[in-house]
Amino acid sequence: MVFLEFEKPLESLYEQLEKIQQVGSEGDIDVTEMARELENRIKNKRKEIYSNLTGWQKVQLSRHPERPYTLYYIQQMCRKFIELHGDRYYADDKAIVGGLGSLDGQTVVIIGHQKGVNTKMRQYRNFGMANPEGYRKALRLMKLAERFGYPVVTLIDTPGAFPGLEAEERGQAEAIARNLFEMAQLKVPVVCAVIGEGASGGAIGIGLGDRVYMLENTWYSVISPESCSSILWRSWDYKEQAAEALKLTADHMYEFGIIDGIIKEPLGGAHTAPEEMAKLLKRQIKKAIAEVQDMTPEERIEARIEKYAKIGVYEEEARTNS
Amino acid sequence: MGWFKRLKDGIQTATRNKKDTPEGLWYKCKRCKETSTVKELKDNYFKCPQCNFHVRITSYDYFGLIFDGQYEELFENMVSKDFLEFKDLKPYTERLKSAKDKTGLKDAIAVAQGKVNRRPLVIAAMDFKFIGGSMGSVVGEKIAKAIDHCIEQRVPFLMISKSGGARMMESAFSLMQMAKTSAKLSQMASAKIPYFSLMTDPTTGGVTASFAMLGDINFAEPEALIGFAGPRVIKETIKKELPDGFQTSEFLLEHGFLDFIVDRKDLKETLSDLLYFFEKPPANPAVENA
Ligand SMILES: [Zn+2]
Repeated sequence: MVFLEFEKPLESLYEQLEKIQQVGSEGDIDVTEMARELENRIKNKRKEIYSNLTGWQKVQLSRHPERPYTLYYIQQMCRKFIELHGDRYYADDKAIVGGLGSLDGQTVVIIGHQKGVNTKMRQYRNFGMANPEGYRKALRLMKLAERFGYPVVTLIDTPGAFPGLEAEERGQAEAIARNLFEMAQLKVPVVCAVIGEGASGGAIGIGLGDRVYMLENTWYSVISPESCSSILWRSWDYKEQAAEALKLTADHMYEFGIIDGIIKEPLGGAHTAPEEMAKLLKRQIKKAIAEVQDMTPEERIEARIEKYAKIGVYEEEARTNS
Repeated sequence: MGWFKRLKDGIQTATRNKKDTPEGLWYKCKRCKETSTVKELKDNYFKCPQCNFHVRITSYDYFGLIFDGQYEELFENMVSKDFLEFKDLKPYTERLKSAKDKTGLKDAIAVAQGKVNRRPLVIAAMDFKFIGGSMGSVVGEKIAKAIDHCIEQRVPFLMISKSGGARMMESAFSLMQMAKTSAKLSQMASAKIPYFSLMTDPTTGGVTASFAMLGDINFAEPEALIGFAGPRVIKETIKKELPDGFQTSEFLLEHGFLDFIVDRKDLKETLSDLLYFFEKPPANPAVENA
């Protein structure tokens, strides 16, 4: 098990539990009672820690190395899935995956950022940072869904679009912009969920939909807390403050009307009970598709655009003399 | 909600906003270091008379250069609100106030309608001096309103981008302006209203990755910095020096992302030509309905 900084009190309890269980397995003493008590203490401690998470702690949780990623959710949610590769222009991006899946009999196209599960795979997946071909593959699959009338589901989990030399040559900005433009006009239902990190253009590049959800311990922001700290505070040391200032948690996003709902995570985070998490995610996705699938494509597109058109806070200033 | 209209005279406007154009009688070129008079600079479309360097100018300067004299500013009283109570080393409210005081502008964008060689055009132009031309709610909303106006009046739209990207102090709200402006542009495209996107120095981040790259015609001023990630970030990521000319207008043209590059002295005539082409009805009406 991997314990985050703020989970340290749990780590020592787990160590004690392990020792007791070892003593028990040696057979001389009955430890059942002691183990049960420790397990209770772990549960209570966990509740205590998790009921008061700061923005930065949620950012850490969203990056937990054991957190489930897109392909895990797809496996859990879809009885059948065929991964489809390539943008048909340049390459197959490993940081965005997608394909045809079946949600209890309903064919959908599922697309998501994919992070690697170990050191080697993290490199292979480029840490979930897509290049233009990733966004173009996503668009190709969305267009496929549109042609056959299948809903589109996107799962968002990226520290950002890849800031590389070749990404610029191949038009990172154009690829993201094109997706936003096309997703606004997709004739089929589009349901999106932030399952980990929702950083900036790289996240929203597959994130414009009829319904957008966030898992409880995820974040969505125009910039990562670290980069924000380095630019506005001119130092990398203010990431906690930046995370607070950016108001990037699911609670905030829901309160601001930027997302349509929060999907609760099992106590201790998605990684502590991934199967349960996948069930909760699937339930919300199916519900969301049902909510919008009876509209005509024209109604749905209009409502989708109207939803985004409403996002923004500003004032009208009285005319000054000039 | 109605918009606020005011007739402005191009020449007067240029004087009122002189804070944003080079001050004093002399202009020393940032690139060739040669000196010329401010009058020479202005008479040369705000380009260095020695080396043709395109000096950064304001939204109102562009209105003055492009429109036939008079134009009407739209939605001019919209200002940003510190909804998140954002504070880094300085509160956002203070940044807004000092940007307003320093520039005499209300936010990083101005929208106006006028005529270009007698053909109507709506222009939204960004101001880099206002918090780096950053896109927050006001920029997004003014673009959205301009698009609605263009659809309603059936007038072509020119966007002049000049921005460091999304405004961090509005967090997810600024991020969502990417989705909002792109979605609105898709509506304008469906209505078959032409959209021209002019990228000027600099056009980066969330602005490039939304409305700036979505023109029916994408074009740029010479040697502008245009990209998604900033050069510093890319350098830190790849740990290599960046090649000469990386992320310039010329680089983007070469890689297929621009239709052409336009010298500022030819800007008005180029727009005039575009408006001429696009006002022609399609040769075959059946194609129009396709
Ligand atoms: Zn010069």
